[in-house]
Amino acid sequence: MVTALGPYGSNVFSLISTWQREESQSQDTHSVVLQRMQPEKKESSERDCHLDTCRIPEVPRLVYPKAQLLKPTRVDVLVMTPWFAPIIWDGTFDSAILDAQFRNITVGLTVFAIKKYVVFLKLFLETAEKHFMVGHKVNYYVFTDQPANVPQIPLQEGRQVVVLEVRNYKRWQDISMHRMEMISNFSQQRFLREVHYLVCLDVDMKFSDHVGVEILAPLFGTLHPGFYRGDRQSFTYERRPLSQAYIPRDEGDFYYAGGFFGGSVPEVYRLTMACHQVMMADQANGIEAVWHDESHLNRYLLYHKPSKVLSPEYLWDEHMLQRPPLLRKLRYVAVPKNHAEIRNR
Amino acid sequence: MKLQYKGEKPFQPVTPSQYPQPKLLEQKPTELLTLTPWLAPIVSEGTFDPELLHRIYQPLNLTVGVTVFAVGKYTQFVQHFLESAEQFFMQGFRVHYYVFTNDPTAIPRVRLGSGRLASIIPIQGHSRWEEISTRRMETISQHIAERAHREIDYLFCLDVDMVFRNPWGPETLGDLVAAIHPGYFAVPRQQFPYERRPLSTAFVAGGEGDFYYGGAVFGGRVARVYDFTRGCHMGILADKANGIMAAWQEESHLNRRFISHKPSKVLSPEYLWDDRKPQPPSLKLIRFSTLDKDTDWLRS
Repeated sequence: MVTALGPYGSNVFSLISTWQREESQSQDTHSVVLQRMQPEKKESSERDCHLDTCRIPEVPRLVYPKAQLLKPTRVDVLVMTPWFAPIIWDGTFDSAILDAQFRNITVGLTVFAIKKYVVFLKLFLETAEKHFMVGHKVNYYVFTDQPANVPQIPLQEGRQVVVLEVRNYKRWQDISMHRMEMISNFSQQRFLREVHYLVCLDVDMKFSDHVGVEILAPLFGTLHPGFYRGDRQSFTYERRPLSQAYIPRDEGDFYYAGGFFGGSVPEVYRLTMACHQVMMADQANGIEAVWHDESHLNRYLLYHKPSKVLSPEYLWDEHMLQRPPLLRKLRYVAVPKNHAEIRNR
Repeated sequence: MKLQYKGEKPFQPVTPSQYPQPKLLEQKPTELLTLTPWLAPIVSEGTFDPELLHRIYQPLNLTVGVTVFAVGKYTQFVQHFLESAEQFFMQGFRVHYYVFTNDPTAIPRVRLGSGRLASIIPIQGHSRWEEISTRRMETISQHIAERAHREIDYLFCLDVDMVFRNPWGPETLGDLVAAIHPGYFAVPRQQFPYERRPLSTAFVAGGEGDFYYGGAVFGGRVARVYDFTRGCHMGILADKANGIMAAWQEESHLNRRFISHKPSKVLSPEYLWDDRKPQPPSLKLIRFSTLDKDTDWLRS
């Protein structure tokens, strides 16, 4: 049974844990015992909240070094936005604690392998098996127009590939943009029931280092590797006011990458639904945003601040950019491709 | 009968605004840690943009509750506490103070701003101050169950013998919020005054612990504060049955629980200071601090 998701922006989720009041036998005549009803549905046990995670998970006794208030872990980079979203860099988090806090969750990964892009799946999935959410339950949702060409690769326990057959489009820009529509459709139809979090990734990439539960939050975006140093005026936001993706020159926090975003299923549903709707509005107005779905993603994340931001460790291109010392790890990197060859065939 | 918490609000879009772009490549060393290893923000001056936060939180029409206990001679602190709160605490928000006391007649009438209320709730006094101190968790959890869950979204549980000196705003809101004790923030965990006797449910072993949190400030979403205070109360009851009282009473139990249920936000000692200590340069702004007082006399 799927919770009905109402129009974008409205309050749609009913209370998760309802409380029943029972009289109890106890010394104090005024005390009552409150019985917590077990949440029945997966979507209700990981309810999204606008600003807080709403989970205070219990962790067992763990051994780990103590943090020191007077010794920041990174002094070369910003590790928290002005609205308190952590910016995830190596050294800022302890996986032992986080894995304990995020045990018993299932992560959905969406990836699109349409037309020639199926060729990227093998390396993508093989490296994901080594580095992505290791130790946690993962559903790989592979959207493809050629189910027969999805490679069979050995998977660790608790992980499965779900092949979702979808249509293709003639133009690569349309393939890219319609990912939003497809993710929003499937979020409502099945992801809500099957996973707690969604991670929406580009396929022409590979994992080269740990990508774990430190990224999970109600809503997260990733810093685009080409713009993390830049001023907002230089960000390649859509600058034509006619487009729904328009951002004026004096606004903007970061330039987020279209190839790595995610969050709780309800928040990803809201984001993808909103982006799809405004892209349709643009189409009706005869305009296409300069960077397609990425432009719309950037507008959405400007006005709906993410609860976590991933550093460029989480999306890098070694062939285009020289690796600076502040990047201690490269976790998810571009696989070289011949753009002309691979697109629009 | 179902307890319905105040309605949940969806993710609200932030209206466009002019504010400086966040500087990703910080060259100056920041003095305080701003994130715990489990990625909870540590709130201090300079880590947040008050205007931006205000615009994120304002449209949500939140009500923030505060519990204070003014029992016996502690009623004398209420006036100063409330007057300073009126000046600095959650300006622009709806606020509901819950003042628990064994002597309602001793609670002064303090003038409150618009959208701000105070309720005086009679509780039993006790002859021993330790009794008073160990009943607060129980009282708070019952109070949430009986009425506060309907009236407020967030709740802070504060000591009354304190005063606000600078703004305390929505930067402090979170699912479950703890404050770092001013006496132990520069000290290794082995020296934290945890309860060290294994018989107590508040026992913390030598190699455990993140920060030593102060019992004078904690809070969060009202449902999470309910879970937290109930959990502490259960531990206190178990200890009572075993004839043991933890070294720092409720603060010991609070610290035990914050290890296994890590706070989602941590307040720096700006939010819980001891005026008897000299203010270190790393603390830019003291917002809430103790009143110097003669503790022996108060507890007699």
